[in-house]
Amino acid sequence: MKERAGNPGLLFDGSDWNFQTLSRTYDAIEAIALDDLKLDVYPNQLEIISSEQMLDAYSSIGMPLMYRHWSFGKRFAREQHLYRKGYLGLAYELVINSNPCITYLMEENTMAMQALVTAHAAFGHNHFFKNNYLFRQWTDASAILDYMEFGKSYIARCEEKHGIAAVEAILDAAHALMDQGVFRYRRPPRLSVAAERERIRDRLDYEERTFSDLWRTLPAAKDDDGPDRPDDEIERGRALNLPEENLLYFLEKNSPVLEPWQREILRIVRVIAQYFYPQRQTKVMNEGCATFVHYTIMNTLFDRGMIGEGALLEILQSHSSVVFQPTFDDPRFSSFNPYALGFAMMQDIERICTAPTAEDRDWFPDIAGSGDWRAALIDAWANHRDESFVLQYLSPALMRKFRMFVLEDETHDTHYKVASIHDERGYRKVRATLARSYDVGANQPDIQVADADLLGDRHLRLRHTVQDGVVLAASSRDATLRHVRQLWGYDVSLVGVDPAGATVYETSAVE
Amino acid sequence: MRNFIDRRLNPKDKSLSNRQRFLSRARDELRRIVTDQIKTGKIADIDADHVVPMPARGTAEPAFRPAAGSGRRAHVLPGNKEFVTGDRLPKPPGGAGGGAGREGAGDGGDSEDDFRFVLSREELLDLFFDDLELPDLVKLDLKEIVSFRMRRAGYAVTGAPTNINVGRTMRNSFGRRLALGRPRQAQLDAVAAEIAALEAEAEPTAEAVERLAALKQELDRLVRKRKLVAYVDPVDVRFNRLEQQPVPNANAVMFCLMDVSGSMGEREKDLAKRFFVLLHLFLKRRYERIEIVFIRHTHEAQEVDEETFFHSPQSGGTIVSTALEEMQRIITERYPSGSWNIYAAQASDGDNAANDSQRCVALLDQELMRLCQYYAYVEIIDERESHIFQSAENGTALWQSYRLVAETWSNFQMTRIARPGDIYPVFRKLFSRQAAG
Repeated sequence: MKERAGNPGLLFDGSDWNFQTLSRTYDAIEAIALDDLKLDVYPNQLEIISSEQMLDAYSSIGMPLMYRHWSFGKRFAREQHLYRKGYLGLAYELVINSNPCITYLMEENTMAMQALVTAHAAFGHNHFFKNNYLFRQWTDASAILDYMEFGKSYIARCEEKHGIAAVEAILDAAHALMDQGVFRYRRPPRLSVAAERERIRDRLDYEERTFSDLWRTLPAAKDDDGPDRPDDEIERGRALNLPEENLLYFLEKNSPVLEPWQREILRIVRVIAQYFYPQRQTKVMNEGCATFVHYTIMNTLFDRGMIGEGALLEILQSHSSVVFQPTFDDPRFSSFNPYALGFAMMQDIERICTAPTAEDRDWFPDIAGSGDWRAALIDAWANHRDESFVLQYLSPALMRKFRMFVLEDETHDTHYKVASIHDERGYRKVRATLARSYDVGANQPDIQVADADLLGDRHLRLRHTVQDGVVLAASSRDATLRHVRQLWGYDVSLVGVDPAGATVYETSAVE
Repeated sequence: MRNFIDRRLNPKDKSLSNRQRFLSRARDELRRIVTDQIKTGKIADIDADHVVPMPARGTAEPAFRPAAGSGRRAHVLPGNKEFVTGDRLPKPPGGAGGGAGREGAGDGGDSEDDFRFVLSREELLDLFFDDLELPDLVKLDLKEIVSFRMRRAGYAVTGAPTNINVGRTMRNSFGRRLALGRPRQAQLDAVAAEIAALEAEAEPTAEAVERLAALKQELDRLVRKRKLVAYVDPVDVRFNRLEQQPVPNANAVMFCLMDVSGSMGEREKDLAKRFFVLLHLFLKRRYERIEIVFIRHTHEAQEVDEETFFHSPQSGGTIVSTALEEMQRIITERYPSGSWNIYAAQASDGDNAANDSQRCVALLDQELMRLCQYYAYVEIIDERESHIFQSAENGTALWQSYRLVAETWSNFQMTRIARPGDIYPVFRKLFSRQAAG
């Protein structure tokens, strides 16, 4: 590592990296992140990987350990082809919400990019994972890697014992219900591998203990036997804790046909779905936080003369392509770029704190002009998800900057309607609409278990509460329902009901 | 609080088994796609990488998803230029998801997903072989890219014990023993005998005692020397050195002859093409350079390119011998049999002009079979007729005549095929000959 005589303070020079420059840069970034920005992070583990390994990591939804399934192979085939053809650049980094926080750095990156990635992932994302209330409450960073290891080996053992096809059938069905496999309101218990093993052993022990061949020889019960049989739906519902929003949980606990190992597989898929649930609710904030952190840190490094102009230009070039937001009529437009929106909102918070306008004082009396933008941001990062963040902090100035407008789309109408634009009358409507579009709970179909008569015909009834007339795609819906039927073992029906209680559609999967 | 780990040397291809599972799941669909590609592609391109669209059937991942465009939605979009509240904009025809570009492709209604991926040569050949009913050993052999033969290449000082070269080792040992003066056994025996003789004397003279002592010393020296200079020392040992050498490559030319008169339909041409592809694969294993010559014929024959050969129809009668004459002409002009291995494959539905078959036999018998390494004739028949033609005796005039050729020439193969599974037996002989040699 040669250092130019004129710039003794430079951390690195040129685009090649080695472990000394990586460590030196890391230390400099850490000093700024902890002392200047007051970030609070998990210990970092940075792993250097090749692009093939990055592709591998991609296709197994970013987890370093993952059980085997064909759908990951499908994803891999696609990513690999796009990458080879140059349609798709690989992400420069991948970060895992674990303790220690694992960040992947690609070996192809230049040193400037490694510095950017270190600031972005190892401090930006890391701080967010550690401090945001959703992650604190819903995921267990220190246990997830152990749990994945457990899940992977458990499923591999099931494949040996029961055959790949049998395991695949369960996994297919479970994957179809992954979106309906999370608790939205009830917090799941903490993970622990030891407890997990203990639980499985108990489950098997209990079955062995209570097994008695005599039961087989008893004559079948008569129909009129039970005064204790709950006849009406309400009582049955109370016994089963209905309605239940977590379909995978319900099937795991109550399906009449599943073997213990099949229940365990459902549980593994459910735990993974739950683990990723906060990430889906905080895309804008998470990326915005990481982008804001790397932008601030890189500029500070440059101001202190620790990185050169060349490196800074390379970093800015990459940064600006990440936060690029095409307008709605651009062929590249697909939706709001979470990096762009998040970064812009956080910069806006900084501006409101330090240089507020009269309008800002009206809208944000708490933080306008407070001067302490660091504290304001740390508070926002800790206590919001995308929906509430937008609702709380999207300022009129930013709405004007992005020139936001609301477009209403009614199925049977031949026209779209511009409902509001970025003007005095429209600010609140625009903000509320944008916030709502980030509410995962409101955008996902609300499907719950309504009734299951375990002692009768065992018909499982699901209810879909149709919001705003948005129904389900029919072929995909029916295929999913067949998966539910497979897990339940008996007939399953799905009813779409609008808020007024009228039936919108009805479908069922029967043998 | 930091920890750098270099994972670059960790095994990659963690997703390989996932990929295999995906391919096996999509097998039927992929096979259809690959078969289509083989129909339209070039014979020589079969074992290159193939890009195939992602099959949607069997690999759809259903979920409860909102239907695109249903219900009442509100989108916030950036980049307003001229709209004011209350404007109404006409929807684009076809209901294309609206300005928000919501993903609507998840419905699984399309037959093929909109992205493509690459099948490796191995995966592709697996699919291609699927209904050809090749024996596994043959499949393996065809997939192997280069074959090597072990060839002696001098001697080495290291190697496996089985490769010790005894002659060379002993020669070294002999030279060393001579140079270092290792006492022979005879020398030793002579001294020992003399000692024994002296010791046997009842009253040894002083001279004899002195001699005995000298001899004993000598014996001691000899024994010690023999111990020091071993009979075979590790430095003597030589091993045969073997080198992997690719099997000699040579040039081959493959003639594809096909009847393209009206009676050859799409099905017949497809079967013929598979037959040509397989022959090409076999040849490619043995020869580095293969040229393919396409000769089509009706009542007259001409050399054409591959595209015309398979796809352009031509009408007319059927005179097979014209194709054979054309082939003979091309051989004399461009492929002298001294420097080219000549393979020929002929596909036909068995039609021929009334008295032409005799002429074909004569041509083959007297001229072509002497030049060719191998000549394969396939007659493509209707699946419904296959039971009529079960016995080799029945058949068209051409078939009957060719049977005469097959009796005289062992490198002439003929068979009837009605479905893809029938193709392989034609090659059995070609292949078994190669395995023996």
